[in-house]
Amino acid sequence: MSTLLEVSGVSVSFDGFKAINNLSFQIGKAEMRAVIGPNGAGKTTFMDIITGKTKPDEGRVIWGDRSISLLGMSEAKIAQQGVCRKFQKPTVFEDQSVCDNLMMALKRRRSVWDVLKYRPAADIARLEQLADEIGLLGEFNRQSGELSHGQKQWLEIGMLLAQDPKLLLVDEPAAGMTPSEREHTTNLLVEAAKTRAVVVVEHDMEFIRRLNCKVTVLHEGSVLAEGSLDHVTSNQEVIDVYLGR
Amino acid sequence: MGKSFIKNHPTLLIFLALLALFTLGVTIMSEAYGTAFISTSFVKTLGKTLCLCLVAIAMDVVWGYAGILSLGHFAFFGLGGYMVGMWLMYERTQEVVLRSLENQVIPPTETEISDAIATQIFGVVGSADFPLIWSFAHSLTLQLILVVAVPGLLALVFGWLAFRSRVTGVYLSILTQAMTLALALYLFQNDSGLRGNNGLSGLQNLPHVTAPQSEISMWFLWASAAALGLGYLFFTMMLTGKFGMVVKGIRDNEQRVRFLGYEVEHYKLFLFTVTAIVAAVAGALYYPQAGIINPAEIMPIASIYLAVWVAIGGRGRLYGAVIGAAFVSLLSTWFTGGQAPDIPLGFYTISWVDWWQVLLGISFVLVTLYAPKGIGGLFDLLKCKEVQK
Repeated sequence: MSTLLEVSGVSVSFDGFKAINNLSFQIGKAEMRAVIGPNGAGKTTFMDIITGKTKPDEGRVIWGDRSISLLGMSEAKIAQQGVCRKFQKPTVFEDQSVCDNLMMALKRRRSVWDVLKYRPAADIARLEQLADEIGLLGEFNRQSGELSHGQKQWLEIGMLLAQDPKLLLVDEPAAGMTPSEREHTTNLLVEAAKTRAVVVVEHDMEFIRRLNCKVTVLHEGSVLAEGSLDHVTSNQEVIDVYLGR
Repeated sequence: MGKSFIKNHPTLLIFLALLALFTLGVTIMSEAYGTAFISTSFVKTLGKTLCLCLVAIAMDVVWGYAGILSLGHFAFFGLGGYMVGMWLMYERTQEVVLRSLENQVIPPTETEISDAIATQIFGVVGSADFPLIWSFAHSLTLQLILVVAVPGLLALVFGWLAFRSRVTGVYLSILTQAMTLALALYLFQNDSGLRGNNGLSGLQNLPHVTAPQSEISMWFLWASAAALGLGYLFFTMMLTGKFGMVVKGIRDNEQRVRFLGYEVEHYKLFLFTVTAIVAAVAGALYYPQAGIINPAEIMPIASIYLAVWVAIGGRGRLYGAVIGAAFVSLLSTWFTGGQAPDIPLGFYTISWVDWWQVLLGISFVLVTLYAPKGIGGLFDLLKCKEVQK
């Protein structure tokens, strides 16, 4: 399996505090990966670096078949490469309808000029299909601000799928969901991981067990352990710093 | 533009119809073409108000839709006025100079004419030479291009620097205000080339036109109404569809739009520049009706008023900006024009010329606190009632 993203030797510090310390990470083209770690382990900063929000002090972030560096690219350029991110708090555009949200996310050319002359007619069917996939077809023209918490989460996942990303970065997708909503979310993510790389940051062990994938444990800004969930949970260091608490 | 476009924008059709009706009404009641029910000076006030409505919708697009609280759009408005004012003043002065030299025995040379014009225009600031920036003042076409080019270029360069450095929110407001202040202070100087604090005057006299002011004022009212209608249509079309969605997305969550792959800075820069150009066009139509432009017009307070109009009228809807600008600026004319009756309290007399600004300030605070949707929000209430029925 060829590598999609390779992060190597990355460090970043904020005011002397090393948030990420010589971190290395790899993920293949169609792979699910869970990232766990205690608060302050650097999970969010790790995502910030990949998506271009934070520039690392050192290290490399190499992307795709042509091995291009993501460092120095703007957030928008990185997103156009196919790196998509879902935030911990559902962030959809609440003032706009489900359809509008999906239309903005749909993979089309993003320049001012292209967007000005964009005509939606040809894409409506695709948008409805997407809404159906995330179970929101009934709410297609509703303001997304009126949706329930779980529905907003799905809408956001739908927006990620609409971008047809190569890499999905998902921050705590199951937070605040009911058990049945969780199951739906798990299915969406597992389905997505069949064709693309998915990185899930999650605290909930039960949720990770259901994802049934390789787990990376972060601690103090670097990788502490990597492997199956059973493998890492039996690791004494991991138990000490994370599970034991 | 198909039927569905109009169907999706009922307010556009209503607005254009009302604007046409208004223009027709003023024409019928004007001194020049109708019953002389409305004085020429009031026609000018109405024409100027239309220009203010146009700059207000530009402000609404940049602030209400994109969330960029610019305190510089009245500077672009003023620059537009200056650019057209230069031609008006040059051409008019040339006309006067040529007439006075007509009867001389020896025909005047080109240089003599040019010197005479320069002395006429710049004598007031103690100069008799044309500054470099007046190089194109003899040509209406070139000056009209400059109406668009100068403010457009200033907005493009300023916006590029500001947005590239990711200056947002109140910091951007302060930065644009600083730009406006710097521009005004520069223009106040006598050697700025634009006659310092005297500004440009006599702009109401169109060169080579013998028609009376009553007719000229109507021409400008028609032009202003057309510009407002076109501006309204232009922005409605622009903000319909995906572009409008992205712009509103930038207002609500800029970072999220970035992670969707849109270069937020490009969108902001585009909007900032386009609205600056529209503001400049509005200014170019306004000042020939006002007759005079000076640097005091573009002091930051003017841009703050602009924001107040849009806030009172209702942000994020174009007709709200029009209502706010028309309502507040006409009310302001009424209060400060000495027509409002003073209120004698016995021990103190409230004279509205002084107290109007206090009233405006209080209403701004009240609107911000209790009616963030402004006057335009009233239409939502009406719509809600209809739905309930």
